Amino acid sequence: MKVTLKNLTKEFPSRNKKQPKPVVAVNDFTLEIENGMLIALLGPSGCGKSTTLNLLSGLQKPTGGEIYFGDDDVTNLPPENRGVGLVFQNYALYPHLTVKQNITFPLENRRGKDKLTKAEMSEMATEVARLVQIDELLDRKPSELSGGQQQRVAIARALVKQPRVLLLDEPLSNLDARLRLQTREEIRRIQRSTGITTVFVTHDQEEAMSISDMIVVMKEGVLQQKGRPQEVYDDPCNLFVAKFLGTPPVNVFDGEIKGGKLYIGNEAVMSFDAPDGAVDVAIRPEGFTLEGEGCFTCSLDRVEVMGRDISVVADHSASQNEVIRAIVDSDNLDTLKGDKVVFGLKPNKVYVFNKTTGERI
Amino acid sequence: MDYEKIEKAALTKKRIRNIIIYSLLTVWAIIVLFPFFWMILTSFKDYGEYNSEWVPKLYVLRPTLQNYNDAFTQVPLGGYFLNTIIFTLATTAIMLVVTVLSAFAFSRLDFKGKDIVFTLFLSLMMIPNELVIITNYVTVTDLDLRNTFTGLILPSVTSVFYIYLLKENFSQIPDELYYAAKVDGTSDFRYLTKVMVPICRPTVVTITILKVIECWNSYVWPRLVTDDQAYFLVSNGIQEIRENGFGRDNIPAMMAAVVVISVPLIILFLLFRRKIMAGVSRGGIKQ
Amino acid sequence: MKNNLKGWLYLLPAILFLGVFMVYPLIDVFIYSFEEGYNFASQTYFGVGEYNFSYVLHDPYFLQALKNTFILVVITVPLSTGLALLISVGLSSIKKLRELYQTVYFLPYVTNTLAVGLVFMILFKQTPYSDGLANTVLYWFGIAPIDFIGGPYWAKMLVLCIYTIWVVMPFKVLILTSALASVNETYYDAARVDGTSKSRIFRKITLPMISPTLFYLIITGFIGAFKAYSDAVALFGTDLNAAEMNTIVGYIYDMLYGNSGGYPSYASAAAIILFVIVLTITCINLLVSRKNVHY
Repeated sequence: MKVTLKNLTKEFPSRNKKQPKPVVAVNDFTLEIENGMLIALLGPSGCGKSTTLNLLSGLQKPTGGEIYFGDDDVTNLPPENRGVGLVFQNYALYPHLTVKQNITFPLENRRGKDKLTKAEMSEMATEVARLVQIDELLDRKPSELSGGQQQRVAIARALVKQPRVLLLDEPLSNLDARLRLQTREEIRRIQRSTGITTVFVTHDQEEAMSISDMIVVMKEGVLQQKGRPQEVYDDPCNLFVAKFLGTPPVNVFDGEIKGGKLYIGNEAVMSFDAPDGAVDVAIRPEGFTLEGEGCFTCSLDRVEVMGRDISVVADHSASQNEVIRAIVDSDNLDTLKGDKVVFGLKPNKVYVFNKTTGERI
Repeated sequence: MDYEKIEKAALTKKRIRNIIIYSLLTVWAIIVLFPFFWMILTSFKDYGEYNSEWVPKLYVLRPTLQNYNDAFTQVPLGGYFLNTIIFTLATTAIMLVVTVLSAFAFSRLDFKGKDIVFTLFLSLMMIPNELVIITNYVTVTDLDLRNTFTGLILPSVTSVFYIYLLKENFSQIPDELYYAAKVDGTSDFRYLTKVMVPICRPTVVTITILKVIECWNSYVWPRLVTDDQAYFLVSNGIQEIRENGFGRDNIPAMMAAVVVISVPLIILFLLFRRKIMAGVSRGGIKQ
Repeated sequence: MKNNLKGWLYLLPAILFLGVFMVYPLIDVFIYSFEEGYNFASQTYFGVGEYNFSYVLHDPYFLQALKNTFILVVITVPLSTGLALLISVGLSSIKKLRELYQTVYFLPYVTNTLAVGLVFMILFKQTPYSDGLANTVLYWFGIAPIDFIGGPYWAKMLVLCIYTIWVVMPFKVLILTSALASVNETYYDAARVDGTSKSRIFRKITLPMISPTLFYLIITGFIGAFKAYSDAVALFGTDLNAAEMNTIVGYIYDMLYGNSGGYPSYASAAAIILFVIVLTITCINLLVSRKNVHY
């Protein structure tokens, strides 16, 4: 199912009486999601990603714009008629029902000609339970399951009604680190095997990048950038996106463009064709190199060995971060001596942004 | 699928539901409020006017304050009022002292037999008043305490439930506070009055209000131990007024008396609405 | 040692009061109930036995009180609980005016039962001057006037039931509203996304979730209704036997004092019978609830 959001806007009335301006949670949001894709809505808390998900499920009504499932306009359709599967952050499993009763719950809602027999429901439940690998647990109560198992039950319950779109709200945030890694692979596998268009919300960029076909970065209700994870990472359209993606985070410096050259401090680090003026420069940790002639001198703080790579921790007077982190090949370990280090820069890992708007130059 | 139809149907359904819900709630609100409306209305009706209405009227043409005057002059309503105030204040005050002291002992002090006594206290919560009131009546009569405030107040003082409620609250105060006070040389009693009670003020206020309501409305015990009008509380007073006061049919005057004895608690309720409702839903007791 | 003493010292007032006015009476009431022919004035008795119980159980006034109390319980407990559930659900599903309604609904809790009972009596009473407001309303529907206060048995019982329900509703609505509010909102969202109808959400999610509270209310409702007394006094006056409207608790007090007064032995026997009935009903309730309360 192709999902289209057109100029979607959601405003909440202000609770602050002194400032009656409405709070805009989602602002003029336009997005097209191809059939069968797994996309991640990514952003810090309060960026409107959960609201967007609620608009898709129909739990909240937009104040402007339209939502299409395929060619159907579902903007004002109540949630029960949309055919979406929704997995809640806290799973919302009914505590008084068994796993099986939880999974068949949506099926029992069908009336009229769609009504299913007990046997059919049982078969569908078993099938979906097998898909998420909980077929051993069908007779347990949710309180007797681990967090990861509850998560699978919640996904099974969302899948059993064969939804047109599957929505996941922070699906991994209630799991511990080890389970999180395992479960995200699981979600990817289930999504691949069912082919259901899936939207999930997360604040964890690593989670988003590792499993999704497309990521959508949001900030304060506004879509910042969308694209395949690698594209967005390699080619951030503004400073916010550059900062938000990547671990360790991107290194940001005060820079200046003078006569077609980019200066950080008083060193010209590379040639750059743009009008003169102050800029922000962001350099990915892997954008530093120690091979060949260096052009960027920093004071060396320490070296952290990580095995295949080493992390060079350095400092520079123009740095906006507390420390500069550079990831370089471990072959260079021996060259790092004294209190200075001179880096070379990979031009495709250096991004220059307008100082006032934050837009990429 | 015809989406517009579904949307419209959902909207209509919601509207109809809302209309039904609000009508239901409003009907019940009217049922709740009507007796209050009726007593206030009737209390302003002239005696003659009231009795001439074969079909009771929902309005009053010539409102009069005469009934309020009668309520205080023809029957000793003022006396009932004063008795109730004395009874309520004294009972609540003694109850508070007893409750605070025992809650402190249970939550803060360590002594032999504490757990057993606490369990015994808790099991007393299940004893219905009807079972013990008989002997209390005999005891008070034997001690010649009928028609005295002592006889009225003493058996009404203790409430195991309030001790339990306050003990739970006291127990939530971190131990460190107590040790810090000990190091500074604060006595137990000073710690209780200067630290614990102020910290648990919301609970103390709640049980005070609940006890005041209970006292103000108490009927059974006062009826048993008083037969002298000089010691009647408002509940007994209103029953006395109904059976012997004003001449049986002066209903407007009776209603004036009813309004007068209802008003203090209603004011108290409106002032402490949240506290009272939270206290009752936490305590779950019925007078 | 010093600490031990201090602990008991702080407890002393409570222990004194409870000992004199609760523990001692509790033992005493059983003694009274088996002392035959106890004379209040001389404080003497003839013998020991179960005669007091036999007397009470054969007393037509007690049987009348027993019948009245059972009718009252059977009618008011289910009706008030059901009505309270209906109103609380309605209250939980609105936002506007909710606080106002809640405040209004709680008002009867803080009013004097005797005082407002008098108002109910006036609304239902038929006098030489007026048929009363209730009869006026009935007249619109073409029903002949009935004296609800001094008339036929069923009419008096009806008024008693109506007033009892009016009095117990605030507590039930308050408790149920807070129980409903404590159900996590996401369960409802999850059910809505799955296309669950409102009535199914109510039956399959809301009811099981609040079932512990519901059973608590039913149990306390039974206990409270069995102890009904002042509502009846408020409506029909202190001589409840004459009005055929006495309750078990009323019978106990009448035995102590009032028209037939001065028989603490009979009163004790009646009180113990009441206690046994309440205990039995509560146990049955607990057994039923264990089977039906879900978690």
